[in-house]
Amino acid sequence: SAMDGAWTTRSASARRRRAPSRRTPRMPARLLGAKGKRFAKKRYAEKAQMKKTLKMHDESSSRQKVDDDVEEGAIPSYLLDRDPTQRAKVLSNTIKQKRKEKAGKWDVPLPKVRPVAEEEMFKVLRTGKRKTKQWKRMVTKATFVGPGFTRKPPKYERFIRPTGLRFTKAHVTHPELKCTFNLDIISVKKNPNGPMYTSLGVMTRGTIIEVNVSELGLVTPAGKVVWGKYAQVTNNPENDGCINAVLLV
Amino acid sequence: EMDGAGGNGSSGSVMCQLVSAEGEQLGAALYLPHNVGPPQLQDIVNQLLHNEDKLPYAFYVGDEELSLQLGAFMQRNNATAEVTLRIVYQPQAVFRIRPVNRCSATIAGHTEAVLAVSFSPDGRCLASGSGDTTVRFWDLSTQTPLYTCKGHKNWVLCIAWSPDGKHLVSGSKSGELILWDPKTGNQLGAPLTGHRKWITAVSWEPVHLQSPSRRFVSASKDGDARIWDITTKKCVISLSGHTNAVTCVKWGGDGLIYTGSEDCLIKVWETTQGKLVKTLQGHGHWVNSLALSTEYVLRTGAYDHTGKTFSSPEEMKEAALARYEKMRGNAPERLVSGSDDFTMFLWEPTISKQPKARMTGHQKVVNHVYFSPDGQWLASASFDKSVKLWNGITGKFVAAFRGHVADVYQISWSADSRLLLSGSKDSTLKVWDIRARKLKQDLPGHADEVYAVDWSPDGEKVVSGGKDRVLKLWMN
Repeated sequence: SAMDGAWTTRSASARRRRAPSRRTPRMPARLLGAKGKRFAKKRYAEKAQMKKTLKMHDESSSRQKVDDDVEEGAIPSYLLDRDPTQRAKVLSNTIKQKRKEKAGKWDVPLPKVRPVAEEEMFKVLRTGKRKTKQWKRMVTKATFVGPGFTRKPPKYERFIRPTGLRFTKAHVTHPELKCTFNLDIISVKKNPNGPMYTSLGVMTRGTIIEVNVSELGLVTPAGKVVWGKYAQVTNNPENDGCINAVLLV
Repeated sequence: EMDGAGGNGSSGSVMCQLVSAEGEQLGAALYLPHNVGPPQLQDIVNQLLHNEDKLPYAFYVGDEELSLQLGAFMQRNNATAEVTLRIVYQPQAVFRIRPVNRCSATIAGHTEAVLAVSFSPDGRCLASGSGDTTVRFWDLSTQTPLYTCKGHKNWVLCIAWSPDGKHLVSGSKSGELILWDPKTGNQLGAPLTGHRKWITAVSWEPVHLQSPSRRFVSASKDGDARIWDITTKKCVISLSGHTNAVTCVKWGGDGLIYTGSEDCLIKVWETTQGKLVKTLQGHGHWVNSLALSTEYVLRTGAYDHTGKTFSSPEEMKEAALARYEKMRGNAPERLVSGSDDFTMFLWEPTISKQPKARMTGHQKVVNHVYFSPDGQWLASASFDKSVKLWNGITGKFVAAFRGHVADVYQISWSADSRLLLSGSKDSTLKVWDIRARKLKQDLPGHADEVYAVDWSPDGEKVVSGGKDRVLKLWMN
């Protein structure tokens, strides 16, 4: 025939017996290197697509009645249309408060802090040839003393709070707004290491301080302006030279 | 010795006129000596009314109860003998219910909060519906669970016994109603579907209108009320008209259906064709609860404190009709509605569209209103922690019962109308004495809010269920 000159002829029967050519080249069982990666990626994409089409076919076209799950917290019919938060709020709040007071745990960002030993907190004054002032202690952590602070007579003062470690402002972050304000400290509310440190005004990591938030413009539901809120110290101020705190909302 | 014998030894005499609770005068004015007290007045009233049995009565002058002799009463109140004293007499129940004071059993069984409890009309069976989608029947003699009926797909919000005691219907949050047989605990037929949202209330047709009980009406959040027939298991009529959820429905004794809704209206329907008869307007906020003056009699049907059983439906119908007629007397049926606008209205729907009285005084939402079994008193439970007592005929305020420390959810009367029970969010139940207007008994014991209370029609037991998932039976 006319085609015979184009390529090497084999017998017609041999041509028919020849295996049909593969559409896709046969891949070795284990593909290595970049080629393998490409192949694996393509295969994965095909698999994902196949799964999606199968799922689509599985979904029946007939509409089925959606069975609502039985929810928890069953309430009678006369309470159904009422706001559940209004109902739950007061009771659970008081119960939670009581439980927390019992457990001594509060819902703060840092519930547990590393306890600070007294040796670390205070430095014994061993100056002078006679070393007679060893009953005095100098605070080595950041403190807050308040605007009307006057030292006790230096001769009788047991705890020395150096002015270099006194702070009046804190960098307070609002947890939801995620912005930081430089707010005045009003007082130190509670130091987790002990009531003595609270009374001295020492601020370590985890201390609850009260800050002046009038800058934020917060208003209570009753309409009064909030000007003091609690915040918790989140850094070690004696190392950083500043107080970073997060507001307790 | 009654008329005219002016000074017969003891001080003097008073001119008195006996008046019934509705305002009708009984006999002519009488000159009564000062040493006449309630027992003698009772004799007089019994004679004037030609009663065969001597029935007990209570007497009221103004709003105060007359418990002393006339002379002492006059002295205490500095009343002059010149004005005719109007003494209102009120019939009291012949039997006396003892107040419950102890928890006789705490029955566990439900796995979620108990949302509704109800005694059967004869007081022999008890059923409860709960958030775990089951309805349970309880055996009162052994105080143990009897049947657990599964079938609902969501919380069981309301249950209602038919007034002949043969069926119980329960409505769920998914909008379906299921009929149960109390004797075997089996479901009777397929669930009745039709409502698109949850069922808020169910009420049966009174047995004196049809015996055996066939029809009941259900109210739903989707805004319509449906009348169902249990023999055909179909919805017969759909009463649509409300634009918001229907919160309560009551089938009245004269064949009218009253529905209260969150659209602040109360609609009155007739039952043959489901046509709207009247719309009672007046409330400013959701209507939470409705109460009929004859409600207790309609609920208990033919059964009363004598514990008589009936062999045939006709007998039951006659007995129920007799009881209903006696209860009603000549007065029209009264309806009271309690609302989220802190007030209640007293209506006489068959007479007029205008309310008869407006009852203000509550400081928070009125959640439940309930007429006493004799129709003389009306009690209302409110979220302002108080239960208030009102005159059932005039709507005048009588007394406030304070004692609960949280919202009062539901109330229930004892069958003799002398005691009132209230269940509250503060997990206690309290029994109040109506005559003394004071707290009679405090029933603490529940661990969490009490959602449903019921006093059995025979007055022996009180059942309460709530969020702590147990059923408590209280007895004397």
